[in-house]
Amino acid sequence: MLVQDIMKTDVITLNSTHTIADAVQMMKQKRIRHIPIIENDRLIGLVTDRDVKEASPSSISETSEPSLYETTLDKIMKTDLLIGHPRDFAEEAALLFYTYEIGCLPIVSNYQLVGILTKTDLLYNYIELTGANQPSSHIQIRVPNQAGVLYEVTKVFNKHNTNVLSVLVHPYQDDEDCKILAVRIKRMNPLAIITDLKAEGFDVLWPGELEMDL
Amino acid sequence: MKKTASFIFSPEQLNYEFSETHPFNQKRIILTMDLLKEMHSIDPDDIVEPRTATDEELLLAHDAKYIEIVKKASNGEVSESIGSIYGIGTEDTPFFTGMHDASALLVGGTLSAIEEVMEGRSRYALNLGGGLHHGFQGKASGFCIYNDSSVAIKYLQKKYGARVLYVDTDAHHGDGVQWTFYDDPDVCTFSIHETGRYLFPGTGNVTERGNGKGYGTSFNFPVDAFTEDDSFLHIYRTALREVAEYFKPDVILTQNGADAHYFDPLTHLYSTMKIYEEIPKLAKEIAEEYCDGRWIAIGGGGYDIWRVVPRAWSHLWLTMKSIPTPAGPLPEAWVKKWQTESPFPLIETWQDPPNLYEPVPRKKDIEEKNEQMLTRALHVIRKG
Repeated sequence: MLVQDIMKTDVITLNSTHTIADAVQMMKQKRIRHIPIIENDRLIGLVTDRDVKEASPSSISETSEPSLYETTLDKIMKTDLLIGHPRDFAEEAALLFYTYEIGCLPIVSNYQLVGILTKTDLLYNYIELTGANQPSSHIQIRVPNQAGVLYEVTKVFNKHNTNVLSVLVHPYQDDEDCKILAVRIKRMNPLAIITDLKAEGFDVLWPGELEMDL
Repeated sequence: MKKTASFIFSPEQLNYEFSETHPFNQKRIILTMDLLKEMHSIDPDDIVEPRTATDEELLLAHDAKYIEIVKKASNGEVSESIGSIYGIGTEDTPFFTGMHDASALLVGGTLSAIEEVMEGRSRYALNLGGGLHHGFQGKASGFCIYNDSSVAIKYLQKKYGARVLYVDTDAHHGDGVQWTFYDDPDVCTFSIHETGRYLFPGTGNVTERGNGKGYGTSFNFPVDAFTEDDSFLHIYRTALREVAEYFKPDVILTQNGADAHYFDPLTHLYSTMKIYEEIPKLAKEIAEEYCDGRWIAIGGGGYDIWRVVPRAWSHLWLTMKSIPTPAGPLPEAWVKKWQTESPFPLIETWQDPPNLYEPVPRKKDIEEKNEQMLTRALHVIRKG
């Protein structure tokens, strides 16, 4: 999956001559926290809600200085920016967010700002990857950590003509000999499938067994 | 003279049948009616025949293309690969002959129930054949072809200009209805269900609150697997009171899936008959308080059709008729008549026997988690 598949392309921007007051109003109105600053479609900086707060008069200070709101954005914007390319892999972008603890990544191609990716977009992408946004039942199967197991499991789904929406393979606690397959299937009644999985010798972690043991 | 309650029924409602072994089995309606008859709680005068929904009415909540496919599938003219695009011909929602007519009749039944109440012929109305809350605008899902609630709410808005509170106590999230009205500030959807951690359809998180102008008119109360009566009822009562006070509906439509019971094979909740005694009481109370009584109740899920659904659904009708909650043994004739067909020994009393299940070791945790969920879900209206 590429960044261009999940980024927002209708980016809200301001110029360096806009003021903090403009940025505050824009953030409120559009419910956003990051505003790229552009000049002739080129990205020259970024203003975040934190930059704005730090530069604004304190709400608890007695002497209010409204003139601070008239400060132009070029005085407070970050210019040392991390940027991404639309054809970067989504996983690479996620790694940037994690490593540098950033909240948003402007996406630039041919020197032009073409999109923006935020933590929220990445999180939603994760939800979509897990299939949790579509009608489905969730089955977890504890399987031996060896080749060919996924094939054997999916044979059962195939037999029941069942559409698999997502498969995640993740470690099982500290046990390196096992993995958990977390599968979302487009089924309201998974009972026949669970029975068959068990008959094939798979360890289905259905609530009955899973949660009661904990 | 205005009736207290109408019971929408015709034998054709049983034509909504996927196969003999499919868990969705409308024989539940016969079992419920028969139980009420043995109680002498229902008369022939109470019964109102359902009508069929017209195409125009179905179009209120469904795409023309989808309706056309369902009609073709009724005659076996749709391949499995085409059907699966529309969610039919699957193991959950298989093709069956006459599926369009059977589905349109269930929708029509809910429309009949609405007309009984909104035209002032009856104070309350019950259509046990309805409650197919997973149906989407352009596709079937989870045993549901047309969504009678979605069509009915659109009809209530269009014909009567009503603000509708939809209350869904099925163990599965009422996703089809929620998404249909997700942007609509004049329809409030309320669903209490087992969390989507394992259970279909997986949605129904507290964070699903509506969108745009409809933000704040979708409410979800996902309870943990193994939730028992007290916690379930506490969530239901607190939430419904506060949401009704906040939304102030003109009419209440309740979906009464009876699949949160310990015996239900598809879900993992641990409730007993107790919740089915209590759910309708509060629904009626709220309808009286806010809607001059206008309350329409429909069926829904419920896959233990012998030991659970007939007793559970009887309480809807008994509440509507203001007949005190019965206790003690079920009518002997009813037990005798159906025991031979039931694959399990029937429960022979109105209340479930004590110690229906082994104590739940995580009870305290579950109650605490549910309580936190409730606080989160109601946060938007409590902050004022």
